[in-house]
Amino acid sequence: MAYLKKSPWLLHYDASSCNGCDIEVLACLTPLYDVERFGIINTGNPKHADVFVITGGINELNRKVVKNIYEQIPDPKVVVAVGICACSGGVFRECYNMAGGVDQVIPVDVYVPGCAARPESIIDGIVKALGILEEKREEMKEKEKQHGN
Amino acid sequence: MSKKIVVPFGPQHPVLPEPLHLDLVVEDEKVKEAIPGVGYIHRGLETLVQKREYPEYVYIAERICGICSFIHGMTYCQGVETMMNVEVPERAEFLRVIWSEYSRMHSHLLWLGLFADSMGFENLFMDAWRLREHVLDDMEATTGGRVIQGSAKVGGVRRDISSEKLDEMVTGLEGIRGELKDMMDVFLLDSSVKSRLRNIGMLSPEDAYELGAVGPTLRGSSVASDVRMNGYAAYDRLHFEPVVEDGCDCYARCAVRAKELFSSIDLIKEAAQKIPDGPIEVKVTGKPEGEYFSRAEQPRGEVIHYVKGNGTKKLARHRVRTPTMANIPPLVKMLEGCEFADVPVITLTIDPCIGCLER
Repeated sequence: MAYLKKSPWLLHYDASSCNGCDIEVLACLTPLYDVERFGIINTGNPKHADVFVITGGINELNRKVVKNIYEQIPDPKVVVAVGICACSGGVFRECYNMAGGVDQVIPVDVYVPGCAARPESIIDGIVKALGILEEKREEMKEKEKQHGN
Repeated sequence: MSKKIVVPFGPQHPVLPEPLHLDLVVEDEKVKEAIPGVGYIHRGLETLVQKREYPEYVYIAERICGICSFIHGMTYCQGVETMMNVEVPERAEFLRVIWSEYSRMHSHLLWLGLFADSMGFENLFMDAWRLREHVLDDMEATTGGRVIQGSAKVGGVRRDISSEKLDEMVTGLEGIRGELKDMMDVFLLDSSVKSRLRNIGMLSPEDAYELGAVGPTLRGSSVASDVRMNGYAAYDRLHFEPVVEDGCDCYARCAVRAKELFSSIDLIKEAAQKIPDGPIEVKVTGKPEGEYFSRAEQPRGEVIHYVKGNGTKKLARHRVRTPTMANIPPLVKMLEGCEFADVPVITLTIDPCIGCLER
């Protein structure tokens, strides 16, 4: 990808993470890693977001919240699961209140492993997600053409 | 006529990286009552103690929270060691102090940044996090992990720090002391920051004491209480004075955290000078039996790890009382009667760590 076609905004939600990955997601935005120079901003509004970054596995109370936020993000959208808990449940897999990884509730496009996931790998995952976002946009355009709109 | 309405705050809110839910009963822009709702990140990791052997469980204890992870691991180890009558080598105790104070610095800088962000002061947020990276670099160089260190162990610590590296760390910290001072001037002297913090979120010393506040929330209300005064690990061999402010408002709590950064630098410096040579761990064998309440001072306040052994390799019970849990009743008190627009700032002054709270 030589350049970004748009400024991707991301929405970050913590579903039962221990905070380790959360602060690393925030660290990506701050001066050392500074993804803001590529136009990437952490937004609080699902309707403004393109990338849904989710840390931690899913527990019973979170299911509907994650689903609700996911449905509010307009198409095309990509989901990035950050950290081993978000990928599969990690060390908390056997806990009574854990349903497992994020893919139990919503479809996940990119998995970023690590405990806690390092900022470098988070940035790597988001760059990968932006490629998928572009593909999804092309697909949507194709579909619109076929339906004559 | 005004009408009472309920405004939900969270669980997904831009100010908080974590999901805390508050139902705010609002009348004419004034908050009448705040009802906290928790459980969004409850995992139930205390039950895992029955599935893991006690030395192995340290990595679960460290993952209670990613911000104060080292102190959680250390407190759990302290509990098991006291229960089994294990004498920890002195060098290990000093190393625990050094890493604890590093955790405190990283947590306070993180909080100061988020706090500036909640006031809409983006520049200060970036500045605090820029300085935090220096602390994280030292942490990564000595333990291998940026936020989850994994260096606590039943019977000591896993890694040693060479004396050259210790000197380098102290020189580095002295180097950022000046930058920290500049940043603190903005937090403590800037008039726009003061106007957002002074006389907001009042918590009287009596209320703080009676509602069981801990840590900077308690010390910001002029009560001098700090578990480090009890002298766990190597604190009894170091010169330590708790930081106390008497403003009882958001500004006082911010000032406590700001000044603790400098007291942490002093403690690290002193520990680096006094650290003795010797082994860093002892071999621990046997099966724990009995029970113990282990206490330590986290960046947010006092944490209690209760461990109970039943004579097998697996513990019978592990219970954690985290500082955020103790600070929720004072938060509800602070929010009563405040302006609606001040809710994010007041909520952040107790430094909510929901990862700890709900486990």
